[in-house]
Amino acid sequence: MTKHSEEITLMKGNEAVAHAAVRCGCDGYFGYPITPQSEILETLMEIEPWKTTGMVVLQAESEVASINMVYGGAGCGKKVMTTSSSPGVSLMQEGVSYMAGAELPGVIVNVMRGGPGLGTIQPSQADYFQAVKGGGHGDYRMPVLAPASVQEMADFTVLAFDLAFKYLTPTMILADGIIGQMMEKVILPPFRPRRTEDEIREQCPWATLGKTPERDPNYISSLELRSEEMEKINLRLQARYREIEKHEVRYEEIQCDDAEYIFVAFGTMARVCQKAVELARAEGIKAGLLRPVTLFPYPTQRVSVLAQTVKGFLSVEMSAGQMVEDVRLAVSGTVPVEFYGRMGGIVPSPSEVLNALKTKFL
Amino acid sequence: MTEEIIISGFGGQGVLSMGKILAYSGLVQGQEVSWMPSYGPEQRGGTANVTVILSNERISSPVLNAYDTAIVLNQPSLEKFEPMVKPGGTLIFDGNGMHKLPTRTDIRVYQINATEYAYANNASKTINMIILGGLLKVRPIVEIENVLKGLKKTLPPRHHHLLPLNEKAIHTGMDLIQSFTV
Repeated sequence: MTKHSEEITLMKGNEAVAHAAVRCGCDGYFGYPITPQSEILETLMEIEPWKTTGMVVLQAESEVASINMVYGGAGCGKKVMTTSSSPGVSLMQEGVSYMAGAELPGVIVNVMRGGPGLGTIQPSQADYFQAVKGGGHGDYRMPVLAPASVQEMADFTVLAFDLAFKYLTPTMILADGIIGQMMEKVILPPFRPRRTEDEIREQCPWATLGKTPERDPNYISSLELRSEEMEKINLRLQARYREIEKHEVRYEEIQCDDAEYIFVAFGTMARVCQKAVELARAEGIKAGLLRPVTLFPYPTQRVSVLAQTVKGFLSVEMSAGQMVEDVRLAVSGTVPVEFYGRMGGIVPSPSEVLNALKTKFL
Repeated sequence: MTEEIIISGFGGQGVLSMGKILAYSGLVQGQEVSWMPSYGPEQRGGTANVTVILSNERISSPVLNAYDTAIVLNQPSLEKFEPMVKPGGTLIFDGNGMHKLPTRTDIRVYQINATEYAYANNASKTINMIILGGLLKVRPIVEIENVLKGLKKTLPPRHHHLLPLNEKAIHTGMDLIQSFTV
């Protein structure tokens, strides 16, 4: 690690994504501005990485164009990404499904805002279903990382690329307006050089970088009209998703050891619930927090183990109740699973969340 | 030690940058910091606010509904945030344009007529630094030298010649703030 990379700086979550992308050797960014994540594109334009690492930064004409540029870049084995907020990510869903079908790696960042429709620019977590259950068509899943701090916005940008290339899949970072807009301390990741064309040829033999005499042409498509072959592709994808479920589950627990009631929350709501745990403990209520870091794969196993010792779970989300379905699946009826949430860009406060716990359980 | 602060006023009064300077000051003195702005249409003229947390420990929620200190620069902000100050906490208000004044007796209330002073002395752009000075007089949560270091980090180099002016504004604020009796 260079001295520079260990420097602590203060920046917004959105800015951290931009800096981390340049530092981890990203080859190209394609995006279209939308609040509350426009600072990602703006920061990249300020850093001008095309003058240093050679990374391409391009404001596309739309979100549909952005995701298809990502498809094209990924097809050449390049580390490419796009970012947007909820309405823009909806526009990208066809491209995400095509990337999943064509087994292409790429990173999509969704800094969620309230919907449906154009909705509001204030924070929300109502795109959980879209991200985790597959917003596009077909039987695909993708790794979904849920950062809860500016530091994780930086770290997960690096991790998302690693997962995308390890499993040849689009990978999503699912943040929200608060994580994007707030400033916190961050240590940026160390610089990794962009891969050379030779390194890409070696590491991504499938990449369409020009045919060489010793192999057949590479061909990238999600189209396969022969059903037997298409089912084989599906089986290969499903096997890969099982591998992801086996190896990539990530979560954080706060004071769950002796907890009687556990908040389950991700992103900003995990931070709010952490404060609610402090408030609850001060009143003698044994509360804890389980924070899923990966939303796919979900920490199902851990939730079901905790269900054996606690009296109940409260899923807290900035939505009408989406992740709560996965908590209920994991708990499988053994203890009560309740839900509390706000919509339309409202962020529940710590005491509001604690009151919800008391109302539902005490 | 954890200090949870809300700063609220009209867009353009410099509340977001005051918060940023505080956050940088905390960073300079090695604390955990969080700066969470309202980023909606408020920024463009309505009521804007920023939550700043300085702590020696990991910060949990960046969003709060109870504050150790509230700094309010207009009537809607006073009405919204006075009830959210923790008992024993601190409320600082700029009396400019306010017709309904603070009423709570279980908190410490201070008045600082920074706006009036700044306009009378042709220094309207230093209002937020005057108020920051007032805050540091009654709540010395960060060292002034760290504030100046923080200021240097937030100001682009082409504005660094304004640093002495801002330092002066901080000292003005320290003289200007007064205890307010409900």
